Amino acid sequence: MNTENIAKPRVTVKDLNFFYGKYRALKDINLDIAEKKVTAFIGPSGCGKSTLLRTFNRMYQLYPQQTATGAIMLDGDNILDKNQDLNKLRAKVGMVFQKPTPFPMSIYDNIAFGVKLYQNLNKNDMDERVEWALKKAALWVEVKDKLKQSGMGLSGGQQQRLCIARAIAVKPEVLLLDEPTSALDPISTAHIEKLIDELKEDFTIVIVTHNMQQAARVSDYTAYMYLGDLIEFGDTSTVFTNPKRKETEDYITGRFG
Amino acid sequence: MPMLLHEARLKRQSIFDTLFRNVTRLAAFGVLALLAAILFSLVMGSMPAIRAFGFGFLTSPDWDPVNDKFGALIPIIGTLITSGIALIIAIPVSFGIALFLTELSPRVLRRPLGVAIELLAGIPSIIYGMWGLFVFAPLFADHVEPWLNQHIGTLPYIGPFFSGPPMGIGILTASIILAIMVIPFIASVMRDVFDVVPTMLKESAYGLGSTTWEVMLNIVLPYTKVGVAGGIMLGLGRALGETMAVTFVIGNAHELTKSLLNPGNSISSALANEFTEAFGELYTASLIELGLILFFITFVVLSLARYMLYKLGQREGKAA
Repeated sequence: MNTENIAKPRVTVKDLNFFYGKYRALKDINLDIAEKKVTAFIGPSGCGKSTLLRTFNRMYQLYPQQTATGAIMLDGDNILDKNQDLNKLRAKVGMVFQKPTPFPMSIYDNIAFGVKLYQNLNKNDMDERVEWALKKAALWVEVKDKLKQSGMGLSGGQQQRLCIARAIAVKPEVLLLDEPTSALDPISTAHIEKLIDELKEDFTIVIVTHNMQQAARVSDYTAYMYLGDLIEFGDTSTVFTNPKRKETEDYITGRFG
Repeated sequence: MPMLLHEARLKRQSIFDTLFRNVTRLAAFGVLALLAAILFSLVMGSMPAIRAFGFGFLTSPDWDPVNDKFGALIPIIGTLITSGIALIIAIPVSFGIALFLTELSPRVLRRPLGVAIELLAGIPSIIYGMWGLFVFAPLFADHVEPWLNQHIGTLPYIGPFFSGPPMGIGILTASIILAIMVIPFIASVMRDVFDVVPTMLKESAYGLGSTTWEVMLNIVLPYTKVGVAGGIMLGLGRALGETMAVTFVIGNAHELTKSLLNPGNSISSALANEFTEAFGELYTASLIELGLILFFITFVVLSLARYMLYKLGQREGKAA
C-alpha cells in the first residue's frame, strides 16, 4: 500500500477493518486526513468508500450487524471507542448525503435544529447563526425572504445547500460529504463544488464521489479504493497524473470501473 | 378480408370500453346514492322525534319511554367521552408500539410482533366485550377503582371524575376497552407510515447528533403526520361507532353523572339495547334520530380532521 505523510493530519485512520455481518468490507485501512483540506475517496461501486466515510461519524452504529475494528483518531480520541459520546462526536463531524434531505420544517428550523441539540442560543444569536450558516452555504440571498417556508419547497440544488448549511451550523471540525452532487443537475453541481472550495477554509472536508473529474477538481488529496482495500493515496495531482499503482492508472484512465 | 376483421375488432373494443366506463361510473355513483339514501331514511325515520323535540333533543338528558320524553344528551356525551378517553390512552401507546417496531426492535421480533398486532385488530368486537365484562371489569373493580377512589378521587378539580362506586362497569371501563380495540388499528397504520420515512432522512438527523426520541418526534412524526392523523381517525371512527364491546361494559344507564366510574350510555349501545323494545312512534323515531346524530358526529369529526390537516399543510407553505 502506498500512503503519503500528511503535514497536519486532522483524522488518523489506523488498521481499520469493517464488517457487514461476516463480510469484510474494509481491509486494514491506514490513512491520514489533512486539516482544512479536501480529501476525496474514489473507486468503483462497492469498493468501500462510503463505508469508510460512515465510520467517521459512526453512522453504521444504527445497524446492529455492522461493526468496525481498529482506530480512528480525532483530537486524541478514538472515534471507535465504545465510550465515545456519539452526540459529541456528531457535533464535531457533520455529514451531507447523496440526496438532499431537508427536514419537514421551515428553512430556519432546518438550520436551527442541529444547533438546538448542543447550544441554548437566544433568538438573536440563533438568527445570527442561521444567517451565518446560510451565507456560508451560499444560500442566504435566495432564501432570506422565505425563512419561514418549508425547506421541502426548495429546488434540489438549494435543498442540498440547505443540508450543507445545516451541517455547518453546528460548527463541526470535519465535514463528510457522501456523493453530495449525485442527485443534482450540472449547474447545481458546479455551485456545490465552488462551495466546497470555499468551505475548506474553515472545515476539514472528506468527500466520497463516483465522479473522477469531480475528485480532480475539488480535492487536495485522493484515495483510490478497490474491494475494501486502499490501493493508493496521495496528492490529488500526483494520483491523477502520475499514479504509482497500475490499478489506479487503469481506473482513472477509464480502462476499468 | 383482414381489414374488415380489424374494424370489427376495434368496434367491439370501443363498445366494451364504453360499457366498462359506465359500469365503473355506476359503481362510484352508486355509493353516493346509497349514502344519500341512508341519510334520507334516517331523516325521514326521525321526523316524528325532530318535530316533537326540535333542537331540545340534543340538550335534554331525559329518556323516559313511559312518558314519551326523549333527549340525546346522555348518549352523545357518553359516545364523545368514551371515544375521547380511548384516544387519549391509545395514541401514546400506539406511538410507542410503532416506534419500537420500526426503530428499536431487534429484527427477529419485528415480524411476530407486527403479526400479533394485526391479529388483535381482527378479533371480533363481541369477544372484547365478553372479555371486558367477565375478566377485565371484575379485576378493575377489585384492584384499580378502589385505588382511583382513594388517590385521585380526593384531588381537587379532577377528583369528582374518579370517585364513585367500584362496580367495574362504567364509562371508564368502556373507554379502556375501546382503547384496547383501537390500538391495533392506530399502531399498525403508524408503523406502516413510519416505515416509509427515507432512511437517509433519519440518518441526517442522527448525523447531527439527535437521539432516537428526537428523530421520532422532530423528523419522523412531522414527516408522516398525514398518515398518523389518518390512523388516529380510523381509530376514532371505530371508537365512535363501536357497539357490542361498549354495550357489554358501559352499564347502559341513562344517567348524567360526573364520575367516570359510574355507568353511562353511548349512542350505539343505546340503539343496540333498545331497538327491540322500542314501542310507539316517538320512541323509535328518537332512536333513529340518535343514529342520525352518530352519523353526523362521525361526519363532522372526519371533516374537521381533514380541515385541520389542510390548514397545517398551508401553514408550512406546502400549499403556497
